[in-house]
Parts: sequence; structure tokens; C-alpha cells
Amino acid sequence: MLKKKIPVLLCFLAGLLPIISFFFTSPGDGLREANDTLEQWLVVVSGFALLLGVISVFQVNLRKISNRSKGWVNAIYLLASLVIMGAFGLMDAFSEMPGWGWVGTSGNTGFNWIFDAIFQPLQSTMFSLLAFYVASAAFRAFRARNLEAGLLLAAAMVVMLGINPYVVKVLPFLPEWTRWIMNGPNAAAQRGIIIGAALGAASMTLRILLGIERSWLGLQEGE
Amino acid sequence: MHIFFAMAPLNTPDGFGIWVGAFFTLCILSFLYKDNPFFRFAESIFAGCSLGYYIGNTFSQTIVPNVLEPLVHDGHTPFISWGWWVLVIPIIIGVNLYTRYIPKIAWVARFSLAIYVGYYAALEMMLKLQGEVLPQSADTIISLVPRGTPMIDWFTSIVVMIGVLCVLVYFFFSAEHKGVLGGVSKVGVWFLMISFGAAFAYTIMGRISILIGRVVFLMGDWLGYGA
Repeated sequence: MLKKKIPVLLCFLAGLLPIISFFFTSPGDGLREANDTLEQWLVVVSGFALLLGVISVFQVNLRKISNRSKGWVNAIYLLASLVIMGAFGLMDAFSEMPGWGWVGTSGNTGFNWIFDAIFQPLQSTMFSLLAFYVASAAFRAFRARNLEAGLLLAAAMVVMLGINPYVVKVLPFLPEWTRWIMNGPNAAAQRGIIIGAALGAASMTLRILLGIERSWLGLQEGE
Repeated sequence: MHIFFAMAPLNTPDGFGIWVGAFFTLCILSFLYKDNPFFRFAESIFAGCSLGYYIGNTFSQTIVPNVLEPLVHDGHTPFISWGWWVLVIPIIIGVNLYTRYIPKIAWVARFSLAIYVGYYAALEMMLKLQGEVLPQSADTIISLVPRGTPMIDWFTSIVVMIGVLCVLVYFFFSAEHKGVLGGVSKVGVWFLMISFGAAFAYTIMGRISILIGRVVFLMGDWLGYGA
């Protein structure tokens, strides 16, 4: 009862609030206020959930280091950078609290410096690296073996060339074609995908709220 | 022709930052040759920094302004004032998530998870229905008679309407795709292929543009080419 039914009931009640407050109004706008309060609470809870992930990362990597498993040195780098960036981030966050001025601005300085010098270059280079692999994947995908693959190839070529300023100088009609593909067939397919996915998500939500779908409870075998 | 370089100075925080950024950029690009310890090193630092960044962000954007600061400075009377409880209840729900680390009472964490899952699933459903399904459907429903709109726009709207219906039929799995349904769903696949091609093209161009940005950083900011 406590282990399964109460969580399902809590899930149902928590889910009911945004739905009811969307469709109905209450005297004094109490429903909307309750909904806003719960939303604000859950934003804070999501912060705690993130720290849960941090604990998990520590557990996995400390185990790797203590067992000297493959790549244990990289686990040290990962934890060291996590601790340093996290510490600067915490100093930065607490320095804004009245009475915590003694922390100073070093948190902010360190956090921003690591962001600009390490995090940002690493992130954009990681993404740029994908250019090579996407290009090689494109070479395989864009072979016109049948009508479907031919349409994929034609649309991709028009769009790629139509947003390339050098090509547009030679073929000035391409941007217009690109615009039509984006606003016509592409918009139609995206719209179909969005509507289909949203209806699928809505049916899954109803399954969760009504307790039909319970995989999120993480039930063990025999429970 | 004079080509000269003016590399970033190492004795200033900004200049040193550029050197560090260039080092990590080259470490990641070294993967193009093959997997190597420099890439692994940069990859680990990236994973650690990302998580550290989110810790800092979560505290400065969420926990400090919404919980800690008002709890310490708003002068609520503990256990008595409603304002104090409003601040403490999310902490209790959040801390309750950690009971999963105590095997005997690990199931208690489900209470917090239940509230979280239930609320956000329902909120997301409402947002999707109101913000996506209804407006997208409304934009698809158009007049079949072109009234004052240019012919090309009217034709595009007709194409969009046919495309949406065909794609939705393709995603309708409750009936076998045979006969008319099969034909319509085939047209849906054509629309999907055009869309995937366009999306793929945009992805490639986007990634290449980021790559150009990295090359400009290495050549300009770091090596100071042509400075």
C-alpha cells in the first residue's frame, strides 16, 4: 500500500492540479496560486535531483579509481574538474547572499574564466568535430538508390546550396526554392511529427496519471 | 606579401585563457587522427566542467534565490509562519529523494518522485496540447478558395495540408497500411524524406559554421594571424 499505491495517488493528485487550474478558476484564484506554488517548489526539487546525479557520478568514478579499472586516470580528471568548477560555482552563488560578502568575487572570476577558457572551447569544438562525421554520414545517406532516398538527396542539396552565399551568386533562384521547401513540405512533415508526438505524449501522461504506466516507480522484481 | 603572427600573450589572464582554450581545441580535434590520451583527457575535463557548471548554475539561479536567501533573511518564524513552511516543504521533498541511498527506506524516495513526475507530465501535456497541437492544427486548416492571397502561398498551404494529413496517416498504426491507406502513407514518407533532407542539410551547415568559428579562434585569437 505505502510503497506502491501512495506514490501512484500522489502522482495523480500532483498531475490533477495543473489540469484543473488550466480549465477552471476558483474564488480568489486559489487554484492558480496553488499551482504556481507547487511549480515553484518543484523547481527547487529539480535542484536537489541534479545533486543526486552528481552523487551518482562521484560513486561511479570513485569506484573506477579504487578498482583501477580501465580509464581510471580520466576519472580523476573528471572529478577534479567537477570539484573545481563546482566550487567556483558555489562560491559565486553564495557571494550574492547578504552576509556572505567575505566570499568575494573570486568565485565569479574563476567560474567565468573556466567557462570562457575551457568549457566554451571544449563544447564548440566537440560540436564542430561532428561536422566531419555528419559529412561522411551524408555521403552514405545521400545516395539516390530509390525515390525516397532521391527526395532526401534533392531536398538536402537545394537547402545546402541555397544557404551558401557563393553558390547563390551563380544560381540566384536557389534561396527561393529553399524557402519553399522549408515552408512547404518541410513544415508539413514537421507539423505532422509535432502533432503525432504531442498526442502520443498526452496518452502516455494519462497512462502515468491513472497508474497504468508505473515503470517510473522503479519497482523491483516481486514488488 | 607579409604574413605575420602575433600570438596571444601568456602573462595576462585573458591571454592565458586563450592558450588554454587553444590547447583543449587541439586536444578535441586530435580525435580526427584517432582516439588518443589527449582527447580522453579533454573529454573528461569537459564532462566534469559541464556538471560543475550546472551545479553553480543551479545554486545561483534556483536554490540560493528561491530557498536559502529568503529562509535566512526574510525573518520567518520557524515552524509557525506559513512563509517558512512554503520554503521548507520543497527542501523536505528534495531531501527525501536521497532516501534512495538507505536501502531499508529507499521506497520513500518514490513519494517525491511521484509528485515530480505527476506534475511535470500533466503540465507538459497541457503545454503540448495548447501550445502545439491546437495552433499547428489551426494553421493547417485553410480556405480551399484563394481569397486575395498570392497563388504560390495558396498552393503552399494546400501542399502543407496534404502533407500533414499524409504524415499523420503514416504515424497511424492502428490499421494495416494497405490499399488507399498504404498509398497515402507512402506520400507521407515522401514528405518526411524531404523534411529529413532539409534538416540534415541545416545540421551539416550549422556544424561547419561552428568549425569555421574554431578555426578563426585558433588562427585569429591564438596565433594572431594577420593581426
